[in-house]
Amino acid sequence: MTQQQASYGFWRAAGKRLWADKLARFCMAVLVVYFLVAGAAGMGWVAKDWNEEVGVSYANPSFLGDDYPNPQGKNSIISQDVLVIDEKQKAVDPLAPYYEEIEKNAAAYEKAEVKPSWTLPLGGDKWGRDVFDKVIKAGQVSISIGLASALLAVFIGTVLGALGGYFGGKLGDLLEWFYNIFTSVPYILLVLAFAAVFGKGVSTVILVLGFVGWTGTYRLIRAEYIKQRGRDYVMAANAIGASHGRKMFVHILPNVSHLILVQLSQLVVDFIKAEVILSFLGLGVPTDSVSWGIMINEVMPELVLGKWWQLATVAVVMSTFVVSFGLFTDLLRDALDPKASRR
Amino acid sequence: MSTYLLRRIWQMIPTLAGVMLLVFFLFNVFGGDPAAILAGKVASKEKIDAIREQLGLNAPIWVQLWIFVKQVFTFDFGASWSTNEAVSAIILQKAPVSLTVMLQVWLLDAIVAVTLAVAVAYKRGSFTDRAVMGICTAAMSISLLLYVVVGQWLLAYKLEWFPVLGWSDDFWTNVSTYAPLPILLLLFVSIAPSLRLYRSFVVEETGQDYARTARAKGASEHRVMFVHVLRNAAVPIVTNLALALPGLFVGSFLIEMVFSIPGLGKEIVNAVQRSDFPVIKAITVYLAMFAMAVNLLVDVLYKRLDPRVELK
Repeated sequence: MTQQQASYGFWRAAGKRLWADKLARFCMAVLVVYFLVAGAAGMGWVAKDWNEEVGVSYANPSFLGDDYPNPQGKNSIISQDVLVIDEKQKAVDPLAPYYEEIEKNAAAYEKAEVKPSWTLPLGGDKWGRDVFDKVIKAGQVSISIGLASALLAVFIGTVLGALGGYFGGKLGDLLEWFYNIFTSVPYILLVLAFAAVFGKGVSTVILVLGFVGWTGTYRLIRAEYIKQRGRDYVMAANAIGASHGRKMFVHILPNVSHLILVQLSQLVVDFIKAEVILSFLGLGVPTDSVSWGIMINEVMPELVLGKWWQLATVAVVMSTFVVSFGLFTDLLRDALDPKASRR
Repeated sequence: MSTYLLRRIWQMIPTLAGVMLLVFFLFNVFGGDPAAILAGKVASKEKIDAIREQLGLNAPIWVQLWIFVKQVFTFDFGASWSTNEAVSAIILQKAPVSLTVMLQVWLLDAIVAVTLAVAVAYKRGSFTDRAVMGICTAAMSISLLLYVVVGQWLLAYKLEWFPVLGWSDDFWTNVSTYAPLPILLLLFVSIAPSLRLYRSFVVEETGQDYARTARAKGASEHRVMFVHVLRNAAVPIVTNLALALPGLFVGSFLIEMVFSIPGLGKEIVNAVQRSDFPVIKAITVYLAMFAMAVNLLVDVLYKRLDPRVELK
């Protein structure tokens, strides 16, 4: 008995197209690693102690060894004079008789002293924090800001776009007016104006990027809803008495959801880049926290001292993520939305 | 044409009003109490009240809105909260500085990117084409921030080809000494996306029927490219260049901060850090106006470049 092979559904087919591409699989693998590490950092499983001073200031990366020139390293040209307390010293030292007592009292507060390490896996920063732990924690902050703000922007854009496209008329005009207002001010200026009002902090950055970045999604979804609302299946839904809300979000939304996914993916990359620049300018993540932008901010004085490892680490880690995510977005768009033009 | 212009200007009014409303509500309603910001950390109740009275904050909200509208149209935003300079003076003083850098970037970017785009489009699909596009993709994926930080360190500090940072009062010293490195770094960042975009415009045109006809009647490939194709591809390219104009006034925030160039971008970032609302308000509103004017200009340019376009 021969059986006709059923054709795949839309998502299944798109998934297959994406999976068939080697580059897409590679990008997905990279992204999965990043998201797992970011998730683990968020749960506090890794990089929990990123803020501890585990090494000496500007500890060398392990692969350079502790012989690499370092002002505080073993081959340091600066050596501390250690004062030896001998009989002659004791004769002029007024505290000499009390030394034993002082030491006895101090013993009560004895704490296991952590000897700062000369080397760290990827080196240390100015305060001797481990760059490796730092870049993981920074990645968690940057990625979660990118994701959260992209979700917010896409949510606002989709809801407004759906309303404007589906109803049109006065409501549509009103939303178009909103859109015109937000797009007539240059994007980065609007972000800064919002940042000026709302102050600093992780949640503020998310809100600012989300509130400012919804316009692209709105435009796209609105055009799509205008196209879809006259289609037969919407008429059919209307005929059986579906409410407006049901037609908009149960019937039409699944038919545009692939566009929303592509948009989301695009915005995550854009917002991570924006967050990095905002934090660098000192308008984003507060300095007691850490993000990729803050790490790059710390780099400039380090370079002058010849401490290049923090820059190298953050550059490689960030660029790998941004490149993989960017390529993945392009391939996702090709798989989900073959008609879209690529620039 | 003139009816079209009039109608377009008429349509701008609601958008402009919207921008003003947005800025007003953003800063005057959500922005916290400016009197508390102005009075400083240790402020007495009387001092705050005096400042509130002076700024007109005790008046009802529509009176405040009216004050704001008057400020916009009389170009008088009062004094900066942090330096007490007139806001209009700040803008007039800083905008030329930003333009000194950004106009050169804009021009050089246009020249280099268009030339390369045409050159690459000649050999579309060849190894050179794919190599250049690959380099562009790679260049685009590196953050502007890294270019600036590494570029400043390598070219200025290490190799000493340029001064590390600075700015002078003399225009020619700025152009010859301080501007080249920022311009070079901005070009690294801006050429890649422009080149990719312009190439797609040119390649799209080379496949059109008229290009084939021109080749068929025996026009040389150069003539086809520069006389036939480039003229048609110019429409989207010019649009793209004109739309980049409002951004020039802000300059690049990053480059101005890193290289200590006293332009509008640096002024805005500083104003944001100091909660200097009048400066941000003024720059936002005027740039929005400028952007609207540029949009109108682009549509008119469209008509000039491509007579087929109907202005409705």
